[in-house]
Amino acid sequence: MSEAGRYQPYSYFQLMEVSLRELLVEKGILTEAQVAETVEDMRQRSPERGARVVARAWVSDSYRKKLLEDGTKACEELGLDVPALRLIVVENTPQAHNMIVCTLCSCYPRMLLGIPPDWYKSRNYRSRAVREPRAVLSEFGLFLEEGTAIRVHDSTADMRYLVLPMRPAGTEGWSEERLASIVTRDCMIGVAVPKAN
Amino acid sequence: MGGQPAGKVEPTEHDYEEWERRVDALMMLLSGVRGARKLMTVDELRKNIEALPPDAYERMSYYERWVTSITQTMIQRGVITTEELGRRMEQVRKRHG
Amino acid sequence: MVEARFRRGDRVHVRAAYPLGHIRTPYYIRGHSGVIERLCGSFGNPEELAQQRSGEPKQPLYRVRFLQKDVWPAYRGNPGDLLEVEIFQHWLE
Repeated sequence: MSEAGRYQPYSYFQLMEVSLRELLVEKGILTEAQVAETVEDMRQRSPERGARVVARAWVSDSYRKKLLEDGTKACEELGLDVPALRLIVVENTPQAHNMIVCTLCSCYPRMLLGIPPDWYKSRNYRSRAVREPRAVLSEFGLFLEEGTAIRVHDSTADMRYLVLPMRPAGTEGWSEERLASIVTRDCMIGVAVPKAN
Repeated sequence: MGGQPAGKVEPTEHDYEEWERRVDALMMLLSGVRGARKLMTVDELRKNIEALPPDAYERMSYYERWVTSITQTMIQRGVITTEELGRRMEQVRKRHG
Repeated sequence: MVEARFRRGDRVHVRAAYPLGHIRTPYYIRGHSGVIERLCGSFGNPEELAQQRSGEPKQPLYRVRFLQKDVWPAYRGNPGDLLEVEIFQHWLE
């Protein structure tokens, strides 16, 4: 059922999912409990976790250096578990703005940020982000300074990427928590920048 | 598909349905990221998605492509058979009403 | 163990090969030249892993940096715009 109280027949693919899962459980390959736990586990992974990493890098220069040196280790240092994640953090500067895409599929630092949004996985984003990044950014409402270069990272193999945005002016003296609250998922993909609202 | 001409990026998102989240979970479990027996790789998932017909991107949603690919991989690996899958899908359809 | 042949700063060329199978070197970058940005480590060969084989021996994986204006004809952007792609050693020469 897709809505409480409203019966909907399963689609072909929903039938496939149920059938596959039941067969795998019957064959002792996995359990319903494992599926449920994994679903819940992924629910808990969200952009807020990445925002904490960014906020810490903004307040601590030594943490920032560690983050750029070894992204995975730096996440773990904050108590964020990121199994199997090999994270490279790329830093925005006034000279260069970073943007992340996976042209081949939809690779994304899921174990840190959770499941990626639809648009990140879309043909349009994946086709155009590498070739006309500024046009794509403008569609997101982001317009860079004339002199700023763009670095597009195509996540083609085993590494995953996080953009470390620049800390905006007007945030002097803010707590880490408040800083984290302005770091959105889109800022960490590179299609937006944080705003001190 | 990088560099191919394409349309405007619509910043769509949707709140994933439970069955989609379960497909995602199945992939994590079967590829050994979370505890269960490792029975496939993400590379096979990708290969089988690449093998879908060209109109798959129009006809199928992201997780519909995933469930198809995962299931195909399980058949290729001999974990389940086409026969088992077909019979179970018929049963589930009848059971669900 | 496959030895890493390249180092940061080396100029490399991506082979313009178009074989069948599962390949993680995007079409758009084949035949182009760039510079090694870093060695990421060694990882199982995805081409083999996709075919239910072990992917061993692990292959060195690099991040290679390209100038956008070198990759796309008529690229309209800043001449300093970059494209950075992870590429396995066996695709580089």
